[in-house]
Amino acid sequence: MKKENKLLSGADIFFECLKHEKVEYIFGYPGGSVLKLYEHLYDVDFLKHILVRHEQGAVHAAEGYAKASGKVGVVLVTSGPGATNTVTGIADAYMDSVPIVVFTGQVPSHLIGNDAFQEADIVGITRPITKHNFLVRDVKDLALTIRKAFFIASTGRPGPVVVDLPKDVIASNCEFEYPEDVDLRGYKPNYKGHSNQIKKAAEIISKAKKPLLYVGGGVIMSGGANELALFARENKLPVTMTLQGLGAFPGTDELSLGMLGMHGTYWANQAVNNCDVLVSLGARFDDRVTGKTDTFATGAYKIHVDIDPTCIDKNVVVDLPIVGDVKHILAEIASEMPRTPDTDDWLSQINEWRDECPLHYEDNDGRLRTEFVIEKISEKTKGNAVVITDVGQHQMWTAQYFKYNYPRSNITSGGLGTMGFSVPASIGASFAVKDRPIISISGDGGFQMNIQELITASYYKVPVKFFIINNNFLGMVRQWQELFHAEKYSFTDLSLSNPDFVKVGEAFNIESFSTDNPKDVDGLLEKAFSINDRPVLVEFKVVKEDMVFPMVPSGGSISDMIVKRLNPKRMI
Amino acid sequence: MKHTISILVENHFGSFDRVATMFSGKGFNIRSISIGETEIEDISRMTIVTQGDAQLIDQVVKQLNRLIDTIKVVDLSHAPRVERELALIKVNISKGSMEEIKNLCDIFRGNIVDITNRSMTIEVTGPPDKVDAAVNVLAPFGIKEMARSGIVALQRGEQTKIKKKQNIT
Ligand SMILES: Cc1ncc(C[n+]2csc(CCOP(=O)(O)OP(=O)(O)O)c2C)c(N)n1
Repeated sequence: MKKENKLLSGADIFFECLKHEKVEYIFGYPGGSVLKLYEHLYDVDFLKHILVRHEQGAVHAAEGYAKASGKVGVVLVTSGPGATNTVTGIADAYMDSVPIVVFTGQVPSHLIGNDAFQEADIVGITRPITKHNFLVRDVKDLALTIRKAFFIASTGRPGPVVVDLPKDVIASNCEFEYPEDVDLRGYKPNYKGHSNQIKKAAEIISKAKKPLLYVGGGVIMSGGANELALFARENKLPVTMTLQGLGAFPGTDELSLGMLGMHGTYWANQAVNNCDVLVSLGARFDDRVTGKTDTFATGAYKIHVDIDPTCIDKNVVVDLPIVGDVKHILAEIASEMPRTPDTDDWLSQINEWRDECPLHYEDNDGRLRTEFVIEKISEKTKGNAVVITDVGQHQMWTAQYFKYNYPRSNITSGGLGTMGFSVPASIGASFAVKDRPIISISGDGGFQMNIQELITASYYKVPVKFFIINNNFLGMVRQWQELFHAEKYSFTDLSLSNPDFVKVGEAFNIESFSTDNPKDVDGLLEKAFSINDRPVLVEFKVVKEDMVFPMVPSGGSISDMIVKRLNPKRMI
Repeated sequence: MKHTISILVENHFGSFDRVATMFSGKGFNIRSISIGETEIEDISRMTIVTQGDAQLIDQVVKQLNRLIDTIKVVDLSHAPRVERELALIKVNISKGSMEEIKNLCDIFRGNIVDITNRSMTIEVTGPPDKVDAAVNVLAPFGIKEMARSGIVALQRGEQTKIKKKQNIT
């Protein structure tokens, strides 16, 4: 341990620690309790502070940065309202296991609990939505706490960590010593899987007649996409992915079945229902995937590889759990395989399902449809882009029609389903990835939920393509209203209340375009993809009444799948 | 089935709350909870009695392990263990009932720790079912107030030293 004996202020220590953690960007917004940090920030040159326009935007931007880069995203906000504005983003990061550290200012220690000006108990508020959180009570604890925060956020199953910094702690001085090691007696992530379980898994997979790999975001987070591709191809194992798993395996590979679950492909869901060995890799049997658990993959022997033991046997009881890092475990299972399974019949059966009920949309009435736009974007980029979707129908259509070919190319709010995610998250992602196009896809509803961040995009000249899929409706809610709520389109019609998105873009100094004609799409994409030194906005005015199919109704079985509109005439 | 779970936690700001928040957030129930010091200065022991089937208890234990502040989590339900609870029971007394209450108190090896003209406070310590029984026999006299400590428990025999947690994230 190196000793630097001079006295440093809390603020100095803060930035020294960030330097050691190799932080490149802070997404933040200043205020009274963090003024001292901003005073120092003025002269800091080893990292860049990105000023957002709302603290929720800062957290989503940090998430976008973290998901695109695999590094820890960092947020800095003030106490009280600054801190409470981060709550939705923190909950989002918790649900999707995104490694971020959120630094919140706090009122001076002696005022904590006094209902002081801009005081909020953010440690209490965020306790159930963080992997861990800290209130730093003494400047002597600051360095170690920051070290722990980064360590906890980025190891094991990643997640958000909040560090609350009282104003006086930042202002006081102490000797600084960077803590090289962290030892948390209550936290020892386990990476290595149990070797007998791994052998057994290989044995069972090699004997399977109808095996299926069910892949979640964990494969991407662990950096295991290569191991997955090798394993699947060598053994001819079909792969289906969750929403967060898309990109873990190339969507264009013939072994890819696309997404499973509520809006998954017919053939992926049939494969789940009929497989004899289901291998879950870094996925958590979420209800949007399983539907009714009693009827989910009932005939299959279930192997579950996950780094988080709480995921095992939580929703679905499995036969063979393996706790550890999925990347390593995949490689080990691959090397333990005594023989490759014979899956030819199974794969041709899956292809029959593929032909039986392909993804389909109307394309002969000359009207613009989301599916068409997404297909065009996918073709144009060949899947070599980072696509950040918002929440709703466009999100599901993108999952279905965009052929993700690379890990970390799909960024979306899956667990919490946070509208307003895409605009700020895409800005964050654009700081992490410089060599591929950054594409933000939002609905007209969600686009307005963090619309203020457009100025962040235009000020920092980030090359994000903001694509708005405007169906003049809160489309996904409209879909449920049509299917399950007596077609009462209660408060979901935005046709009379949407702003002019081109004017909005222009007001934020972003070149903006709009079309409702399928024939214009190629040209507009050409235009959008030629602009790479600043943001660009394109509004696609699509039909309003389309629904995302197939659909397994919430809590239903795969046999309840709806594949097309029940009653095509009853449309608004 | 009832389960007694013994948890060693870091004795610092917010760690008990973290455990309690996890229970309420996950919808697990807490029948009783007790917290106190251990032989190690910065470690506390929480003893929580909860209820559920095997799968649920398995989740409870895993979720407890997952918390960064928990150092060791053991479901004592299937282990040989000592369980104790303390209750302070304030009962109404009258001339006629005094003797009888005192006798009952003796049977349960309770202590009379406070007495006035109208009430008597009895301290009963023992396994939880003994405390239940004492409460039941005193109830007909009219219990004015009662405080139960919740269960504290230790495994019988030699206890292994605090080990580092494994398999957690
Ligand atoms: C913050 C937030 N509020 C409400 C919802 C509920 N919700 C889910 S999808 C949806 C509609 C989204 O509409 P839009 O953004 O236009 O996208 P579309 O479904 O039309 O593609 C709503 C309101 C949500 N997911 N997030």
